[in-house]
Amino acid sequence: MICERVKKLREESLNAVPYISMERAKIVDEVYKKYEGTVSKPVLRALVLKEFMSKKKISINDGELIVGERGESPAATPTYPELCCHTIEDMETMNDREKVFFKVDEQAKEIQKETIIPYWKKRSMRYHIFENMTQEWKDCYEAGIFTEFQEQRGPGHTVGDNKIYKKGFLDFKKEIDESIKNLDFHNDDDALNKINQLEAMKIACDAIIILGKRYSELAREMAEREDDPKRKEELIDITETCSWIPANAPRTFREAIQMYWFVHLCVISELNPWDSFNPGRLDQHLNSFYEREIEEGTLTRDRAEELLQCLWVKFNNQPAPPKVGITLKESATYTDFANINSGGLKADGSDGVNEVSYLVLDVIDQMRLLQPSSNVQISKKTPQRFLKKALSIVRKGWGQPSLFNADAVVQELLNAGKDIVDARCGGTSGCVETGAFGKEAYILTGYFNIPKVLEITLNNGVDPMIGKKLGIETGDPTEFSSYDELFEAFKKQLDYFIDIKVRGNRVIERLYAENMPVPFLSIIIDDCIKNGKDYNAGGARYNVTYIQGVGIGDITDSLSTIKYHVFDNRNMSMKELLDALKDNFEGHDDVFNLIKKKTPKYGNDDDYADEIMGSVFKAYYNEVTGRPNTRGGEHRINMLPTTCHVYFGSVIGALPSGKKSEEALADGISPAKGADLNGPTGVIKSASKMDHLITGGTLLNQKVTPSVIEGEEGLDKLANLVRGYFKLDGHHIQFNVVTRETLLEAQERPEEYKNLIVRVAGYSDYFSNLSKELQDEIIARTEQSI
Amino acid sequence: MSKGMIMNIQKYSVHDGPGIRTTVFFKGCPLSCWWCHNPESQNFNSDLMFFRDKCSGCGRCEERCPERTIKMESRVPIRDEDKCTLCGKCADLCLNEGWKLVGRKFTSSELMKEIKKDEIFYEESGGGVTFSGGEPLSQIDFLEEMLKKSKTEGVHTTVDTSGYSKWENIKKIVDYTDLFLYDLKLLDDERHKKYIGVSNKNILKNLEKLSETGANIYVRIPIIKGINDDMENIEGTIKFLEKLNISQVNLLPYHRMGMEKYERLSKEYNLIGDEKPSEEEMDNLVEKFKILNRKIKVGG
Repeated sequence: MICERVKKLREESLNAVPYISMERAKIVDEVYKKYEGTVSKPVLRALVLKEFMSKKKISINDGELIVGERGESPAATPTYPELCCHTIEDMETMNDREKVFFKVDEQAKEIQKETIIPYWKKRSMRYHIFENMTQEWKDCYEAGIFTEFQEQRGPGHTVGDNKIYKKGFLDFKKEIDESIKNLDFHNDDDALNKINQLEAMKIACDAIIILGKRYSELAREMAEREDDPKRKEELIDITETCSWIPANAPRTFREAIQMYWFVHLCVISELNPWDSFNPGRLDQHLNSFYEREIEEGTLTRDRAEELLQCLWVKFNNQPAPPKVGITLKESATYTDFANINSGGLKADGSDGVNEVSYLVLDVIDQMRLLQPSSNVQISKKTPQRFLKKALSIVRKGWGQPSLFNADAVVQELLNAGKDIVDARCGGTSGCVETGAFGKEAYILTGYFNIPKVLEITLNNGVDPMIGKKLGIETGDPTEFSSYDELFEAFKKQLDYFIDIKVRGNRVIERLYAENMPVPFLSIIIDDCIKNGKDYNAGGARYNVTYIQGVGIGDITDSLSTIKYHVFDNRNMSMKELLDALKDNFEGHDDVFNLIKKKTPKYGNDDDYADEIMGSVFKAYYNEVTGRPNTRGGEHRINMLPTTCHVYFGSVIGALPSGKKSEEALADGISPAKGADLNGPTGVIKSASKMDHLITGGTLLNQKVTPSVIEGEEGLDKLANLVRGYFKLDGHHIQFNVVTRETLLEAQERPEEYKNLIVRVAGYSDYFSNLSKELQDEIIARTEQSI
Repeated sequence: MSKGMIMNIQKYSVHDGPGIRTTVFFKGCPLSCWWCHNPESQNFNSDLMFFRDKCSGCGRCEERCPERTIKMESRVPIRDEDKCTLCGKCADLCLNEGWKLVGRKFTSSELMKEIKKDEIFYEESGGGVTFSGGEPLSQIDFLEEMLKKSKTEGVHTTVDTSGYSKWENIKKIVDYTDLFLYDLKLLDDERHKKYIGVSNKNILKNLEKLSETGANIYVRIPIIKGINDDMENIEGTIKFLEKLNISQVNLLPYHRMGMEKYERLSKEYNLIGDEKPSEEEMDNLVEKFKILNRKIKVGG
């Protein structure tokens, strides 16, 4: 049920127009100009947060129960000049672009021009990153072989655990003092850095406590002026809540939610940790409060639901900060990827589904908001009732919640060296990425365009799209005498490009470790306090660096074409194939026809193609996994694209899979569009031949028409399908439940389909927000029907 | 080893028996129901289908047909059916999928391999394989072999049949068939002959005998307006079913689908009227059938 209050707040959130707020940029600028060079880097960063929380404009929106905005009002979006110093042209583009726009007023442009640009132009991380990259790296980046996540956003992608529901920030301060007391200046060479870091963390604790106090004061003032007795009481409630937390540990369901929200605001104000921070296993964190208060009679289910709905609105009020250039192409969305996990396992390995899990599902269903994103973690112990309840929401067709295999997630974490309890208390964040919540800095560094490497291999090291030699000479493909020879050449090119990417990653990690510490985030991620080390410098218990593979379906079908037609059956020569690719298949009807109709393709449970998929996956895995990062951890892989499959496709010419020049690639580990012809079980079987358990997450999207999943029986069978995939160790699956006709209509008359939310990749978005190419790509994905 | 002529294999089939199933459509049927949705399933040999809407009129098929049986007439290929050897070359080289060759021979091991691919989903859902058609009983040796193999492999089996066959054939498979989906169309033999092309005497007798064996039977009745939805037929059917040992009755509202397929096969389409029974009409029928004290369901 949605009450009038929430209905109104939700409407306001949906109608809020995203705009650029310069408030944060100005404060950052002032603090740097005042303190830079006089205090340590971590302390400087902590002072930025403290000043921001002390001076920012705060407000309590009419009727709200959970308070706090990052900007002045809903959808006010700050910039982060220390990460990315936008040019005036950038700002104009943000303002003018049709999709994912941010309104920028003249005053903002003036501040940017007069104050920000002169000082920050050569101080931003973006500037330093490009200054420190090799020419090879820059060439690859521009050609679309890989992207770089940290070039205008901070390393983020981490999730909170249960500690903030057990401790207040005064407790954290005590813990930090303890760690300072234990520093050994006689034997520890790093003691000075550590004390600086720990002092900075204490300042960051003050920052959040100040924020709480200010809200408490504001609510008190408003209560005094309020005539409506009901609202007055609510404001007094807010006053009391914010005078207790975040300084002290929450005592009630309501205080717990407000505590989380203040923590969230501090994390996303400190830096722009893309794939934003989120509460993770919210149902686990809130259940003990909920049960106790229900028992005591101090909370009702309806009230708990209303409070959660208010939290949902808060998430939706914060669009992801503006992106430009390639980063916009790889992630063209307002979504900041907070992804709430429900269900899963408890620390002792028992089933984690509780009353709050069901409550959260109801809230997801009622709110239908882009943010926060949501998922359910399904283990073999999860009750069927919970799975079916989640699927009954999925069936409504707006792409949430997505479905994860909790048992596989635990195994993936164990495989990556996590402790079993940390693994069970973990989950997935962002799109599909596995993590040990509250204990891991898992940093995604960029997408990697696997089919592009094949294209370069087929051109002996040259990128045919720009006519430039980017790779190494691995031989003229027309002279290869076997498929294996070709595959070896591909592996050599892959090794060459991954070398370039990893070298860049290691440099960028150092740049962040030294220049951009995050003392606030470090308070709440174990074991940064104990280690006296920042989150960005390897202070966390686990430190993994990911490179995300894109285009497995397209490269599989491409290699299958070559193996099947050129070598195994000699239906065409390599030269004939290459000539056809060069001409984008124009005038090569027979070659195109043969490829389209007579090639074993990934997504049909056909071992011929699926074995090729397995070999490419293994080559990519072997190439990346185990390479050391600079934070005491390793590189690993996951397989997901956000919106990058469209961008990556646009920089590749025609492929042997039949993909024409500039057409989009398939998303995640889904089959290439139109390649899967045998229904969802065929896709699932093919996808399960990938070894999901050695990755940090994979993404499989399936489009189904409503007719297949009608009625109770349809729901049962959908649940069986999911259970089947998970039994085969599949990591994630999501369904887009819409008809092709609906999508075509929506494309033609977007104004009538403003509310149509579709699954894009690991997240959902309004269909009308997507570019025409992405819309086409979603329409073209095979619609599984019967 | 015998081979079966198979028209199509449908995975994640959710309307042909319990759970998630693979439905194997046998090609060839002795009946010729006016309303048949799959006229390409009637012929026991391969069929070449032509999709006029997809044809671009390019003439590649005319140029490259090995037997030179295709002639372009005002940008439409016309095939000489007597001379055509159904080699399928035209379907292979057509760029627009204008030609499609339907029907392929499978050995029982080949087919079993396909069926087994979705085993994990059968186990999750209580599903299995459904042999449908066409008329699977018309290829009894192959059907029997497939059913035995499926049972050995632990796969739940369903046979979807019109019942038009010798009783001996049905008897052969009773022990290996976990569920029969048995079609019942018209009780009156004269009307049966008119609309379906054959007498229903054997069909009714076989159903009685099958019911005596204790086999698990769902009777499926397509409801076609103006053909078998009259009270005489409905009441006759209920009366006939009263004495039988069946576990479920499915009423399938007929919908106009597949009409364009007749054109593709250059066959004539007989059915007059294309109105689908309304939900209300279906509900009324369900009420009537409830007297049987069995589970009555609309749809598969």
